[in-house]
Amino acid sequence: MTTPLIEIKNLHASVDGQEILKGLDLTINAGEVHSIMGPNGSGKSTLANVLAGKEDYEVTDGSVVFHGKDLLDMDASERACEGLFLAFQYPVEIPGVSGMQFLRAAINAKREHHGLEELDAINVMKLFREKAKLVELDLDMLKRSVNEGFSGGEKKRNEIFQMAVLEPTFSVLDETDSGLDIDALRIVADGVNTMRDPERAFLVITHYQRLLNYIVPDFVHVLVDGRIVHSGGKELALELEDKGYAWVDDEAPAAAAK
Amino acid sequence: MTTTQEIANLADAKREYKYGFTTLIEQDYAPPGLNEDIVRFISVKKGEPDWMLQQRLKAYRHWLTMEEPEWAFIDYPPIDFQKTSYYAAPKKRPESLDEVDPEILETFEKLGIPLHEREKLAGVAVDAVFDSVSVATTFKGKLEELGIIFCSFGEAVKNHPDLVKKYMGSVVPYSDNYFATLNSAVFTDGSFVYIPPGVKCPMELSTYFRINAENTGQFERTLIIADEGAHVSYLEGCTAPQRDENQLHAAVVELVAHKDATIKYSTIQNWYPGDENGKGGIYNFVTKRGACRGDRSRISWTQVETGSAITWKYPSCILQGDDSVGEFYSVALTNGRQQADTGTKMVHIGKNTKSTIISKGISAGHGQNAYRGLVKVLPGAENARNYTQCDSILIGDQCGAHTFPYIESRNPTASIEHEASTSKIGEDQLFYCTQRGISEEDAVSLIVNGFCKEVFNELPMEFAVEANKLLSVSLEGSVG
Repeated sequence: MTTPLIEIKNLHASVDGQEILKGLDLTINAGEVHSIMGPNGSGKSTLANVLAGKEDYEVTDGSVVFHGKDLLDMDASERACEGLFLAFQYPVEIPGVSGMQFLRAAINAKREHHGLEELDAINVMKLFREKAKLVELDLDMLKRSVNEGFSGGEKKRNEIFQMAVLEPTFSVLDETDSGLDIDALRIVADGVNTMRDPERAFLVITHYQRLLNYIVPDFVHVLVDGRIVHSGGKELALELEDKGYAWVDDEAPAAAAK
Repeated sequence: MTTTQEIANLADAKREYKYGFTTLIEQDYAPPGLNEDIVRFISVKKGEPDWMLQQRLKAYRHWLTMEEPEWAFIDYPPIDFQKTSYYAAPKKRPESLDEVDPEILETFEKLGIPLHEREKLAGVAVDAVFDSVSVATTFKGKLEELGIIFCSFGEAVKNHPDLVKKYMGSVVPYSDNYFATLNSAVFTDGSFVYIPPGVKCPMELSTYFRINAENTGQFERTLIIADEGAHVSYLEGCTAPQRDENQLHAAVVELVAHKDATIKYSTIQNWYPGDENGKGGIYNFVTKRGACRGDRSRISWTQVETGSAITWKYPSCILQGDDSVGEFYSVALTNGRQQADTGTKMVHIGKNTKSTIISKGISAGHGQNAYRGLVKVLPGAENARNYTQCDSILIGDQCGAHTFPYIESRNPTASIEHEASTSKIGEDQLFYCTQRGISEEDAVSLIVNGFCKEVFNELPMEFAVEANKLLSVSLEGSVG
């Protein structure tokens, strides 16, 4: 029997006193790609932020076990060092901090956490060069301040590049497809697909089915009002595209009753 | 090396020193207190000529008529000027840097820059000032070959009296302000630099100021002259040990740039800031001013102010020559109970004069940080240009940032731009960093260093690294 990579049980979470996640269960094994779809306001981004440990989100009930450890007990940086990565929907700008400086700090924080020596500048560059190819990223971009003046597509590619460099075991992609044209979408998807392997898992959060043509998931879950109301294989995404979320909304009470 | 006997001889030679100095002299301290005898005592200790003593006395008498300024956005109990000692010197004067107090070396080593190593690696000439005296000046001989004078102020008074007489007080007159006047009366040591016409100084010149003795004020005096077409880059660093009492540091720095000359003056100020409750720390009341005397001259101030309980400091430029340029780049950080009121004055007198002001204020803990700046354009300053950018960042919700810009333009052709911003350190930025595995403390320091980048870029390379580290050290404990 495989131990799950991450096991979410009865997760309840609130923002500003308002409950958004209302008892969410989800188990993901290594090697799997799961997708969460759902209408606006269903709690998709909240789930991403709660898993990553953003402070404004209060977990009121439930548990999350990651690599056999209590995830909710760790702060955001510990979660990251333990192998959790969030590709942000809206990556922020950090003026005056170059992409290289930023990533080098991240790499070495993670290495320190695992008792490894710092990676020197030469090896960092080598790693950057290798990973930049994956997402067709111009290395000169890393000399600029993090995300400053980047186009929407550049920001998302930069997120996937960071993911490739940091090699997380569990990556959450929060609406990475939003605002991407078809070429950028393909590049981003290729980056993710290259990283798929038996040790890693992905949770792809999206509003549209389109991305899932490129990153083909093993499981699709439908999130409505803070709960997963429907789970299925990749064909579920197509069905949703066809019938719209109203269809699952109608089904929801039945699903919840099961 | 000054022996007790020598001092006794000195005291004999000048009757003024009989006021109970004996025991204290043995320790090479002036007794606490301020009066004309103390002024004379300092002058004798430094072996000064009479004209210097007369200048000191003139300043002292003027100081007695002045009142301490109260306009700055800082708050501190009244200073008892009679409780401070105005002179302290190590009994043994080190022969070389190898003999400098290990505490100095240790402090710098903690910051990752061993004094010796840097001297070797970067070829930086160093003048080390320990309390009231200069203990060592390196690379003197090499500089002399180029006609450059780099020595302690005390030596300059003795060996280059004409230059000192000509320039001292010509930018900051003895009557300038309360603390500058006090300095003019009791200044002890500092650096003197003269760069002859057409000479580009081949290395960074730097001074390290160290306050060591207890209950002692440091009143340093620095004078830098760049003659026609000369270039020099000068850096000062400051440290002080931890003490429960507040110690006074009232320095005066004067710069003179002649035609086509450039002076770049950088400061890394890390005096003891006091503890988290505001006990102890240095009162840093400093007057720094540069005169761009000649056409096309340029003076650039860069400061990184992370230390001191209170910083009161406005490095300024008087742009007299046509086409002269003044620059001010500043990072001021206040954490704990630190207070800073700092900025600059740019006075445009000549035609086509240009000034740039970039100020970055960082407030954390209970720190209070004020930018105060004056841009003044006189009637003759045709086409004067100024650009001011003044950004503040707040860490936590107990600190404050304040901006007091003053603009006086008396010439309609002048162009003056002012931009200002204040922001809280972004939760989203912090989360972005921590989500990548960077600890919150490191994230704050990364973001703040990024915020200061425009200023750090102005520092000589090796000191930019130092400034980065210093900022991180100073921010320790600001989150959590």
